[in-house]
Amino acid sequence: MSQVSAEGDPALLETRKLTKVFGAVTACDAIDLRIARGEIHALLGENGAGKSTLVKMLFGSLEPTAGEVLWKGTPTRIASPAEARRLGIGMVFQHFSLFEALTAAQNIALALPDRTPIATIAERARTLSTGYGLPLDPQSLVADLSVGERQRIEIIRCLLQEPELIILDEPTSVLTPQEADRLFETLLRLRGEGKSILYISHRLDEVKRICDAATVLRHGKVVAHCDPRDETAGSLARMMVGTEVHAIRRSDAPLLTGGEALLEINQLSRPPATPFAIPLRNVDLQVRAGEIVGIAGVAGNGQSELFEALSGETLQPDAAAIRIGGRDAGQLTISERRLLGSAFVPEERLGHGAAPRLRLSENLLLSRHRTDRNAFLGRLGIVFSGAIQLASQRITKSMDVRKSAADPEAAALSGGNLQKFIIGRELDRQPSVLVVNQPTWGVDAGAAARIRQALIELARNGSAVLVISQDLDELFEIADAIAVMHDGRLSAPLPRSEATFEAIGLLMGGAEPGHAGRAGEAA
Amino acid sequence: MRVELVKRPQHSKLFSALSPLIALALTLLCGAAIFAALGKNPAEGLYFYFIDPLREVWSLHELAVKAGPLILIAVGLSVCYLSNNWNIGAEGQFIIGAIAGASLPVLLPDFQSPVVLPLMLIFGMLGGAAYASIPAFLKTRFGTNEILTSLMLVYVAQLFLDWLVRGPWRDPAGNNFPLTRRFHPDAVLPEIMPTSGSAHWGIVFALVAAVVVWFLVSRTIKGFEVRVLGASPRAGRFAGFSGKRMVFFAFLLSGALAGLAGISEVSGAIGYLQPVISPGYGFTAIIVAFLGRLNPLGIVAAGFVLALTYLGGEAAQISLGMSDKVARVFQGMLLFFVLGCDTLIHYRVRFAGRGDSMAEAR
Amino acid sequence: MLFESVLITIATAATPLLLAAIGELVVERSGVLNLGVEGMMVMGAVCGFGAAALTGSPWLGVLAAVAAGSLFSLLFGFLTLSIATNQVATGLSLTLLGLGLSSMIGEAFVGSAGTKLPTLAAGLGAVPVVGPPLQNLLTNLAELPLIGRFLFGQDPIFYISILLVVGVAWFLFRTRAGLTLRSVGDNHASAHALGINVLGIRYLAVMFGGACAGLAGGHLSLVYTPQWVENMTAGRGWIALALVVFASWRPLRVLAGAYLFGAVTIGQLHAQAMGFGIPSQLLSAMPYLATILVLVLISRNRRLTLMNTPASLGQPFVPDR
Repeated sequence: MSQVSAEGDPALLETRKLTKVFGAVTACDAIDLRIARGEIHALLGENGAGKSTLVKMLFGSLEPTAGEVLWKGTPTRIASPAEARRLGIGMVFQHFSLFEALTAAQNIALALPDRTPIATIAERARTLSTGYGLPLDPQSLVADLSVGERQRIEIIRCLLQEPELIILDEPTSVLTPQEADRLFETLLRLRGEGKSILYISHRLDEVKRICDAATVLRHGKVVAHCDPRDETAGSLARMMVGTEVHAIRRSDAPLLTGGEALLEINQLSRPPATPFAIPLRNVDLQVRAGEIVGIAGVAGNGQSELFEALSGETLQPDAAAIRIGGRDAGQLTISERRLLGSAFVPEERLGHGAAPRLRLSENLLLSRHRTDRNAFLGRLGIVFSGAIQLASQRITKSMDVRKSAADPEAAALSGGNLQKFIIGRELDRQPSVLVVNQPTWGVDAGAAARIRQALIELARNGSAVLVISQDLDELFEIADAIAVMHDGRLSAPLPRSEATFEAIGLLMGGAEPGHAGRAGEAA
Repeated sequence: MRVELVKRPQHSKLFSALSPLIALALTLLCGAAIFAALGKNPAEGLYFYFIDPLREVWSLHELAVKAGPLILIAVGLSVCYLSNNWNIGAEGQFIIGAIAGASLPVLLPDFQSPVVLPLMLIFGMLGGAAYASIPAFLKTRFGTNEILTSLMLVYVAQLFLDWLVRGPWRDPAGNNFPLTRRFHPDAVLPEIMPTSGSAHWGIVFALVAAVVVWFLVSRTIKGFEVRVLGASPRAGRFAGFSGKRMVFFAFLLSGALAGLAGISEVSGAIGYLQPVISPGYGFTAIIVAFLGRLNPLGIVAAGFVLALTYLGGEAAQISLGMSDKVARVFQGMLLFFVLGCDTLIHYRVRFAGRGDSMAEAR
Repeated sequence: MLFESVLITIATAATPLLLAAIGELVVERSGVLNLGVEGMMVMGAVCGFGAAALTGSPWLGVLAAVAAGSLFSLLFGFLTLSIATNQVATGLSLTLLGLGLSSMIGEAFVGSAGTKLPTLAAGLGAVPVVGPPLQNLLTNLAELPLIGRFLFGQDPIFYISILLVVGVAWFLFRTRAGLTLRSVGDNHASAHALGINVLGIRYLAVMFGGACAGLAGGHLSLVYTPQWVENMTAGRGWIALALVVFASWRPLRVLAGAYLFGAVTIGQLHAQAMGFGIPSQLLSAMPYLATILVLVLISRNRRLTLMNTPASLGQPFVPDR
């Protein structure tokens, strides 16, 4: 299936039947990929389709089980990232490979050959970053930088190695729309300089906008090579997912206006808990019965801190700063807040929302041992294992959780299935208030649709739902109003009818609320 | 050649059960090698270590005397380690428990009544728990590393006991020996079957504690709390459990059990206080806890195995003229192998040479 | 004179702590927590003493101590690095095994006369040609008042310990290799993604820590008290661990901390000698109580601790390949 162009010019990079097997799972199954010089090549696929595994093999951090890689037409074994860099392959990681305790210059130096002095590297980084319009202070400590600035370090580090092929893994997932635009300009300029780019994404509009070719993966196999400019977003999505993605059903019927405010946040402030945490500054918000309010924002702007304050994992000095169902809850523990009818779904699934080495039924007990005490516990606190297993089966059935054993450990489930279980665990209680952080982060399209549908149904049945998400598409799909979190401050919510990508994006980038329409008044 | 670990999707039930046994087998193998290196017949050495002490009834009693404190302490430690609290100062809590319990017969020798013994046991538990509360308090209040503080307190406890028996608590009629007066009969923990051997009620306390803690950890919400906070502290907080309260729970429980072991030892086996009252039970119990895979029922079995190494050391010394220090080497090796074998529970291990590492992926 | 001899005894008490702590500092900077310092130290002590007793050469004793410490640390390295065992438990088991093994090995040496390591000057004197003049020079310099003997009249391990502190500080903060080691301790996943050999670096760090702990043990049995006594480290390995925390992972602060503890140790010995009516056991407990105290003082400042603790400390790393 490998294509050779008409002139017989070898591709910059080509893979033939590249395969990676982990235990019983074939993550990449005979992948053929061909990247020409001077092209931006999209690698499309859902979460879990094998994109990350493939690029890790190309960058030498994973060893292929079978198949070969051709670099400029020559079969090449890429044994390590150092080897990849020597060949001319650079990589910008999705979860940045940065060191928080070191400066930007030191971070860059660690990826470069030993001999160059750090001062020289810092100087070159400064020059290069200004040249590409990505300003960067080489002496700043990574821990103090925003996510966007951290990505700049990654990109500059990659460019300083003068690569011929640059691999970018989901680069825009952490950027505001405006920051993403700047990144695209940089990428187009790099293409103009003759460099090739392998662009990994699941955002179809971006791919259509800047990519010259695309390879689509599904379940570890190549399902299509295509020119994304000739496709529609819908046709690309069908290739990725395999079936038609069901649109979310939502009635456009207006809200039950004037529903009771079930979750109220009043002038909530919180000092930073660790040297690297974000303080919360006078956050105000109300979520009424029957509505979904979304909180947008770039990661690391105080969303986790807000979630912890709302859930009761950290308490507030002022009891009235958080009110649940009309009761002051700022001083209540998470269990007491649950007893008031609220439920919480944190961002981290393994290690926060669920304990990896506990079974699903035990993980059910995790958030419900107080609210369902009578059903699950006997005298002396004896756990009724039959009851929790039954309840956990009910949840796995209603949320369509796919699992390999009757009651597996949480870590054995895929991200999407575990998230469905965690959301289902909370929905099963019919909470009157639900706070959920990044409901579909890293979840495949089918599971994401199922989760979003469930959130909408919960709200339509009269609950108040607060969704914190980095995914703007998701918020525009399900939220009735969207507020933006930036540097620990929360903007006033914009009704969905008035909100635009541009306005929300500006707020995410820290623009004064006045620029984004009527958002200014309440803050 | 290098070692590669491949994570298992689920932990292996097979290796959960097998790993302590594999570790024991490897220890015996290395033990045989040590005997050979010391110029002894390995078979003979192993016989005196692991078989000979089991052949006579009085010796089985001795085994129970040694296993009692090991099991009692290790059961408490299992709760600590399951909840990710690294109490390694059980030796100190054992000593302070012994001192607290012994205070009654030593300071009030004329107070003789059937309530003395129960009071001594309670004092012992309170003493051990109080001493364990120091690292717990420092950890929760200041975030001080409990490993170092609990260990430092062992040395302090040893010196404190030394001072007591050489100073204020020394028996005036004792010819200047560093000993307290002998406990009066009401203060002595009785033997279970005095006609056949010296085993006292300490072993019964140990077995009861093991069953109770096993039930607590595996069947109740408190045990669930212990396991969740230990394995994923953040998930534990999300569940509404308090990490700080758990620090106190684990330390107080293990301190109380170590204190009970301490007073049982001096009241049941020794009969007075002396500068050294423990052959390192508090540290050996750490090995017992891990060999028992932190499961109280497993700990009962592991406690007898480690008790055997103490007796075997004595037997080999008498019969083969071999240093009793070899026993401590056995104990140390055993823990090493147990920890190594536990890797098999969560990982597949494969050995790969350069280049052929993709040969065997399953 | 009194001032000078007190200074020297403090240095003698501080040197083993300093050596063990500076080694452990490098280990922890690479993200590994090795609680087996006490075990490696006691192995160094017994092997150093044994080799010196058998060969009659304290210099070979020093070499044996270093070799024993680093070889023994390889056991810990294999378990925690190659097969990813729990570092806390494995470090403990290294200490337990070391205490047991050393008492078995050392049984033959209990009560035998030790060979004390000569001073640097005396040692140099034995070197042909260049030795004697150097010895003369040092001997003369040692005559300087107040600090002459402290600076020029001590045993070689004292000088090694000071050089190690300076060397480690330079290595960690002035060299690329040191930067790489710190990066591994900060985020092993990132380091691995960049192609840095995480486990290889950690193996080297662990062996360096073992060598330092071994040398510290050798100092105890060849300089401090030239004899073998069971468990002669008496918790110094643990105090060294506390010193690393106390120093918030900075080499020069380890130096300060070690001499502070040396002073406490010597102070309580002098107090015991003078009597005062304070129980000797209470005075002997001072170093342990002081350890708890400094740990509390340093951990009260949570921000400082959080900023300086290597972020990957104690976490096992299993590369996926």
